[in-house]
Amino acid sequence: MFEIKNLKASLEDEDKQILKGMDLKINPGEVHAIMGPNGSGKSTMSYVAAGKSGYVVDEGEVLLDGADLLDMEPDERAAAGLFLAFQYPVEIPGVGNMTFLRTAVNSQRKMRGEEELNAAQFLKIVRAKAKSLKIDADMLKRPVNVGFSGGEKKRNEILQMAMLEPKMCILDETDSGLDVDAMKLVSEGVNALRDGKRSFLVITHYQRLLDHIKPDVVHIMADGKIIKSGGPELALEVENNGYADLLNEVA
Amino acid sequence: MGEAKFDNPTEALLARHSAPRKGSDWAEATRHAARERTLGMGAAGRRDEYWRYTNPTALNAAEAPDVEIMQLEEVPVFDGVEKLLVTFVDGVYAPEQSDDLSGEGLEISTLEEALSADIHWASDVFGVLEGNGQSPVKRPFAALNTALAGQGVVIRATGKVSKPVALRYCRENTTSDAVLHHVVRVESGADLNILENGAGASRLNTVMEVDVAKGGTFHHLRAQGRDHARLAATAIFARLGAESHFKSFTLTVNGVLTRNEVVIDINGDDTKASVAGACLGDGDFLHDDTIFITHDAVNCESRQVFKKVLKNGATGVFQGKILVQPDAQKTDGYQISQGLLLDDDSNFLAKPELEIYADDVACSHGSTCGAVDENSLFYLMSRGVPRAEAQNMMIIAFLDEAIQEIEDEVLADDIRARLSGWAERHKT
Repeated sequence: MFEIKNLKASLEDEDKQILKGMDLKINPGEVHAIMGPNGSGKSTMSYVAAGKSGYVVDEGEVLLDGADLLDMEPDERAAAGLFLAFQYPVEIPGVGNMTFLRTAVNSQRKMRGEEELNAAQFLKIVRAKAKSLKIDADMLKRPVNVGFSGGEKKRNEILQMAMLEPKMCILDETDSGLDVDAMKLVSEGVNALRDGKRSFLVITHYQRLLDHIKPDVVHIMADGKIIKSGGPELALEVENNGYADLLNEVA
Repeated sequence: MGEAKFDNPTEALLARHSAPRKGSDWAEATRHAARERTLGMGAAGRRDEYWRYTNPTALNAAEAPDVEIMQLEEVPVFDGVEKLLVTFVDGVYAPEQSDDLSGEGLEISTLEEALSADIHWASDVFGVLEGNGQSPVKRPFAALNTALAGQGVVIRATGKVSKPVALRYCRENTTSDAVLHHVVRVESGADLNILENGAGASRLNTVMEVDVAKGGTFHHLRAQGRDHARLAATAIFARLGAESHFKSFTLTVNGVLTRNEVVIDINGDDTKASVAGACLGDGDFLHDDTIFITHDAVNCESRQVFKKVLKNGATGVFQGKILVQPDAQKTDGYQISQGLLLDDDSNFLAKPELEIYADDVACSHGSTCGAVDENSLFYLMSRGVPRAEAQNMMIIAFLDEAIQEIEDEVLADDIRARLSGWAERHKT
């Protein structure tokens, strides 16, 4: 189970609180979506959960199966089962995509005390998973995300997710910059990973993504907090009416 | 150190090595001229424009330092490569540790042997390229080398040389002060690879003169050993004919002081030259690349790619010049020098220079200095890669543009493995 409890966090450099007491609970196997106006703290929440530097946690906890992620380094959080699909995947010239993936997979296995995959085992698995995401051998050989199109970068994120088999996946605006076909492909990749135990938190601005990745719960976030939670119909309401009514309800 | 008993500090430099075995008249004339050159230009000093960042005191000192010999457990660099091995121990040719000096497509002999011949093709190269390379920038250690060197190899490639010539520099004496001079001629259409490996001496002064004829190919790959306290002053002088290819790459890990100079004259059309280097320094380490490439022909390309990773107060220096003469139209010059500083104590000092007299040229240059990118580091860590390992991946990635200048993929991978090994041993 993934839980955020009364999370308050600020920007390190600016003494400005972004998250102002956020609460969220996702049971195993569930898909939750978070929508909210720009600047409401959605991405900040994902970065704080994953352990990016530049933020100060003022209060609260982020728990994955009872373990407090906030006490851990980002790599330890990953090994504990957290995965963040980046809104803007980072280009890393000089680091081969395959080398990166294999290092990541084996680092996590090592940290969990599992046996590392050898080159042949790894290659077999990665090829099969890459194929279903239409990622060709050339993309695997290239440096991480360098020269990838927007769609290729997002597919590469999903490939990493598939290889790392996390317990909890946060997808930060994975639909941004995707055309209709690419969105479908990425969604299929995500849906293929739904196994009744793995949980997802999908951050998005558009209801359209949720047609493909069907959420159990939709949350509306504003000014650093969840202000309303409901079923998939909440996303439709936002799509049709915007956030104004919801924000007024709370105010 | 005793009292200086010389009027000119270069007299002291010339006196600190025993005289090489006397050669034939032409060789002695060349040595004498180099001696005069050395005396005329004076010793390197901090007031010289090209020694502002690098203190030459230890290179000028009467005695070589006492340097512990590093015992390596790893497989030596280039070990798996089929090669013609020539070994020097403390700067002295060691025939019993070398292969027979013969091979397909080449003539090879010791410097001593070549210089004692009455007439030798080497007379057109030995001391000549070094002498040409003394203007407009003085290179006192190279002139000193020509005047004093008694050891080295002389190679003439006449065809496609099947195996690289591997010059291995071993150490047995902890205070050796060695001078090596190599002379290379690549004939028209011939193809030669030279590998150099090892620290070679407590203080090593090497010069390699490389004369490449029309359509010739010369590739050079060098690893300067891992002995921490050693000193090195090296210089490569190349003269490139039309349609020739020249590539030189140097890997430097450790070493308190390294000055690598490369002077290239491109004087035939449609020629390509590349000089690259990757260096890794931790602590008491100063590494200086001083490059001077002159374009004096049409439609030629030159590349300078230098990457330095520095930590715990290490210093990297790059002084790189491209000179394009008025007739060198269609020149394509590229120069990049970058320092990756792993902490606030380290320094990277760069002086890129472009002097262009032709109007139809493309010259790009860049120099950057910075820390490991935090966003990239976070991205790698968020996938489960521990910080130290993620940082090492970033280091290897940073160096890769330089490694890519190496033509041979197998050798390039060997160099990559060395870099990874260093990064692993020095990880924080």
